Amino acid sequence: MAEFTLTKDADGVATITWDVPGKSMNVMSFDGLAELEACIDDALADDAIKGIVITSGKEGSFAGGMDLNLLAKMKDDAGDDPARGVFDGIMQMHALLRKIELAGMDRKTKKGGKPIAAALPGTAAGIGLELPLATHRIFVADNPKARIGLPEILIGIFPGAGGTTRLARKLGAMAASPFLLEGKMVEPAKAKSAGLIDEVVTDPLAAAKEWVLNAKDADIVKPWDAKGYKMPGGAPYHPAGFMTFVGANAMVNGKTKGAFPAPKALLSAVYEGALVDFDTALKIEARWFTHVLMNPSSGAMIRSLFLNKEALEKGAVRPKDIPDQRVKKLGVLGAGMMGAGIALVSAQAGMEVVLIDRDQAAADKGKSYTEAYLDKGMKRGKVTAEKKEAMLSRITATPDLDHLKGCDLIIEAVFEDPKVKAEMTQRVEAIIPEDCIFASNTSTLPITDLAKASKRPEQFIGIHFFSPVEKMLLVEIIKGKETGDRAVAKALDYVRQIRKTPIVVNDARFFYCNRCIIPYINEGLRMITEGVAMPLIDHAAEQLGFPVGPVQLNDETSIDLGAKIARATKAAMGDAYPDSPADDLIFWLEELGRLGRKSKAGFFDYDEKGKRTGYWTGMAEKYPLADVQPDLIEVQERLMFSQVLEAVRALEEGVLMDIREGDVGAILAWGFAPWSGGPLSWLDIIGTPYAAERCDQLAAKYGERFACPPLLREMADKGQTFYGRFSPEKQTAA
Amino acid sequence: MTDAYIYDALRTPRGKGRKDGALHEVTSLRLSALTLNALKERNNLDGHAVEDVIWGNVTQVMEQGGCLARSAVLASDLDESIPGLAINRFCASGMEAVNLAANQIKGGAGAAYIAGGVEMMGRVAMGSDGAAIAVDPTLAMDSYFVPQGISADIIATEYGFSRADVDALAVESQRRAKVAWDEDRFAKSVITVRDQNGLAILDRDEYMRPETSMQTLGALNPSFQMMGEQMPGFDKIALLKYPHMEKINHVHHAGNSSGIVDGSAAVLIGNKEFGEKYGLKPRARIKATAKIGTDPTIMLTGPVPVTEKILKDNGMEIGDIDLFEVNEAFAAVVLRFMQAFDVDASKVNVGGGAIAFGHPLGATGAMIIGTVLDELERQDKQVGLATLCIASGMGAATIIERV
Repeated sequence: MAEFTLTKDADGVATITWDVPGKSMNVMSFDGLAELEACIDDALADDAIKGIVITSGKEGSFAGGMDLNLLAKMKDDAGDDPARGVFDGIMQMHALLRKIELAGMDRKTKKGGKPIAAALPGTAAGIGLELPLATHRIFVADNPKARIGLPEILIGIFPGAGGTTRLARKLGAMAASPFLLEGKMVEPAKAKSAGLIDEVVTDPLAAAKEWVLNAKDADIVKPWDAKGYKMPGGAPYHPAGFMTFVGANAMVNGKTKGAFPAPKALLSAVYEGALVDFDTALKIEARWFTHVLMNPSSGAMIRSLFLNKEALEKGAVRPKDIPDQRVKKLGVLGAGMMGAGIALVSAQAGMEVVLIDRDQAAADKGKSYTEAYLDKGMKRGKVTAEKKEAMLSRITATPDLDHLKGCDLIIEAVFEDPKVKAEMTQRVEAIIPEDCIFASNTSTLPITDLAKASKRPEQFIGIHFFSPVEKMLLVEIIKGKETGDRAVAKALDYVRQIRKTPIVVNDARFFYCNRCIIPYINEGLRMITEGVAMPLIDHAAEQLGFPVGPVQLNDETSIDLGAKIARATKAAMGDAYPDSPADDLIFWLEELGRLGRKSKAGFFDYDEKGKRTGYWTGMAEKYPLADVQPDLIEVQERLMFSQVLEAVRALEEGVLMDIREGDVGAILAWGFAPWSGGPLSWLDIIGTPYAAERCDQLAAKYGERFACPPLLREMADKGQTFYGRFSPEKQTAA
Repeated sequence: MTDAYIYDALRTPRGKGRKDGALHEVTSLRLSALTLNALKERNNLDGHAVEDVIWGNVTQVMEQGGCLARSAVLASDLDESIPGLAINRFCASGMEAVNLAANQIKGGAGAAYIAGGVEMMGRVAMGSDGAAIAVDPTLAMDSYFVPQGISADIIATEYGFSRADVDALAVESQRRAKVAWDEDRFAKSVITVRDQNGLAILDRDEYMRPETSMQTLGALNPSFQMMGEQMPGFDKIALLKYPHMEKINHVHHAGNSSGIVDGSAAVLIGNKEFGEKYGLKPRARIKATAKIGTDPTIMLTGPVPVTEKILKDNGMEIGDIDLFEVNEAFAAVVLRFMQAFDVDASKVNVGGGAIAFGHPLGATGAMIIGTVLDELERQDKQVGLATLCIASGMGAATIIERV
């Protein structure tokens, strides 16, 4: 079926309409590129055609970008020489866009070309903007909901269809950097003032047609094709440009901690491209883009952060055949920090929320969290008074459990005490409808145990939020032993309503996320007791791409919480609990009253205002610094393996049912090295044989916690990868 | 092997490298030619007296571009049969010129050379020749490029030099420089810069601030704190490279770093026969030379490994050296050198250094070889070592011995 169609009108304007059948938004495919080229060739060759307009058949959007599955396919299809295949493919794309840009003009005199304009009904992302950038003028509908930009960098690649080279040359390196390096998407008016597009109009198609009929030869010569072109803001060895590039290297390196390959490659494409003519620059861009695609990181990031994240959000693991379970009325038990956050995001999604706490004041305090959030939004001009009013009116704060009548989902976020929770469960179940699903937001207590208090354990489930609720993107759904499919579907539909990403795991101590996070933090603390410098531990984690290191993380989450979890776990596990020097350390700090940020003393010192002033020097009195500090790599491997081995064990034990969830969950829940695509992707990148070998070495040196799990050993012996063995497609096929 | 001897060494005074600096009106070409002419006249050189002029110069663009060495020979009174070689090893260019010349002579390639250099920092701005290491992302990011001032602050942080430590060294450099001038210790070496009419333009180092005290320095803000902590945030780059550090302690400022100046220096080096032919008495033998590459981020620690290397390669020990010139690019560089070798401060930069005098990049290496020779003669000592830290992580050293 045609993705691009060409129509010619009596005035001599050829309109190329992009309208991919069966999609709400256009995405570019190989077929699409071929069709676009055929349309362009036809229109350029037709003497009756004076100008060309490229537009979209979709309402409110031009295109969402490249079909990302194709990028991987390009590599796979190239056989023995994937770099060659990818490079040639990209160069073909450049040739097409360059054909549009030069529009049949005589390359010497710059005369005789046909004006080509882009008419965008709305959103244009990725190649959806790169294609317009190759035309001579971009008209965008006056549609404030539209977003214009190049978001490629966010999934580990960069604009590789000339967008990098064209935007850098159009705006200059400095002005282009928010769009290229941060993937900033803006509404049409801002896109125009930034110079991304040319015109914002009511009817872009009509305006574009008029423009192509009136454009003169000089109007369709791009600045970089005209004589005497100079890069805005200065090329790299121009005095002003020099400072821009020196600064950009430092800022990108500082921000990404050197962990992400794409921003580096992007900067190189801009720098090397700026030193040569435009066509050579495109070739350079293609070489760096190929380089990024050949790096396993980009494939892993696309897979986890785009394809699999989206699949999970769209219900990839939702039980089939269960009807729509969207929540209408939600009861939240406990108006503390978590409950207040849950009420906020649920009201935001349009649900009616009953927020319960022991007295009216406590319940009101929970609701005021939403009010404060909305006030902040109003100050920034993002929230209207009407919206605030509407949202607040959806939340009923009350100590009266009777208000829970008619709820179809309850989320309990009361004190982490099995007895308190059991009592609440029973009291509430006496009031709520028979078919209401009851969820616990516990982060540490096994769901199967909590479900024992319920008279309907098949309707009992864990919905584990992360703090702060309104910011964190992941929700971990936990199936107890008796949890039924409808409860799972309910939880998933609810998470979809609040626009977060769900993972579904089986019940076990600490579920999936905390199971991995706790050993990671403990490994960091253990190192302190061994005399490793605290900055080295945190920096090692940051250089792996974690947002904060384990030492600092501990101060943020609070030390008494860690101590409490350690004590509770020990009580529950008894003799099986492995004593750890990390526990000694946190018990000691707890005793000293150094509880972290909240007490303005912890692993760090803080000033009056609660700002960190530096690592606490008193630590060295109990745990003196070792004379010889370990290599960065050694510290990093301890931190990485302490997490990924738990992920493997979770998979082994069936806690994790789908590797996609293990990877997506890790990145979204605790910022696991996003460049790696997640813990299991990371093991695939380093290779299971190497991983098993390192486990043996680390176990010999640091202890049994690094012992290679049998599953990993088996995979190493067979030379298997996790995505080779466990990818859902393969499992379905098998 | 043939020995290489220093027959003469001279330098211009250093002028402030800015509009109101005395040498600002003088072209790089004229200052170079003037230096070469002084050496020619003092030593009665004629015809093809030397094999080559090796001329150190860092920012080789505009008036300093186009092989300034050859241009300088042609603009001077030297014979046109003498070619010219412009070289760049950043701050050690002038030293590298001397070392190259000495080693050519030792290897039998010519009887004599003029080696030296020039830098008119007020006329040709430092860095205006570009630098891939700072700009090209493949290198800048992978080698953790930071500007030198940040590197100096990294040294201070890593090796524990406080603001008071670095300021004290700067005050002492100024004090020593004043004493040296007051006692006229540089009379043999410093020439007067004159215009085309013979009128004097400058006859004395101009950059010095003898009134400098801990108090006056204390009023200065650290120069590299802003670019380190804020835009564009070079400290983060430093911590990527040195993750064991918590933060960078910014202690360097204009008063404890080398000054931006204009100046030139030249050394006449020859074998024994050359001296005999021209009736010249050798002042010192160039005993050893060395250069080395080091970590480019901390960048300026090169004097330590290059000194270790030159001593080891020549079967010497630190105690064999009587006097040192360690270029005062930044105070921490010198402090680190003295710390690493446990050398007494009284033996290092006896007559002040670049913090007081300024550091004309391409010339300094040749200047400090002359300076240590002057001081050896004054104190009647034998062996001197000159060394410099070098951009992009290098070090160079020369050991001379009086004969």
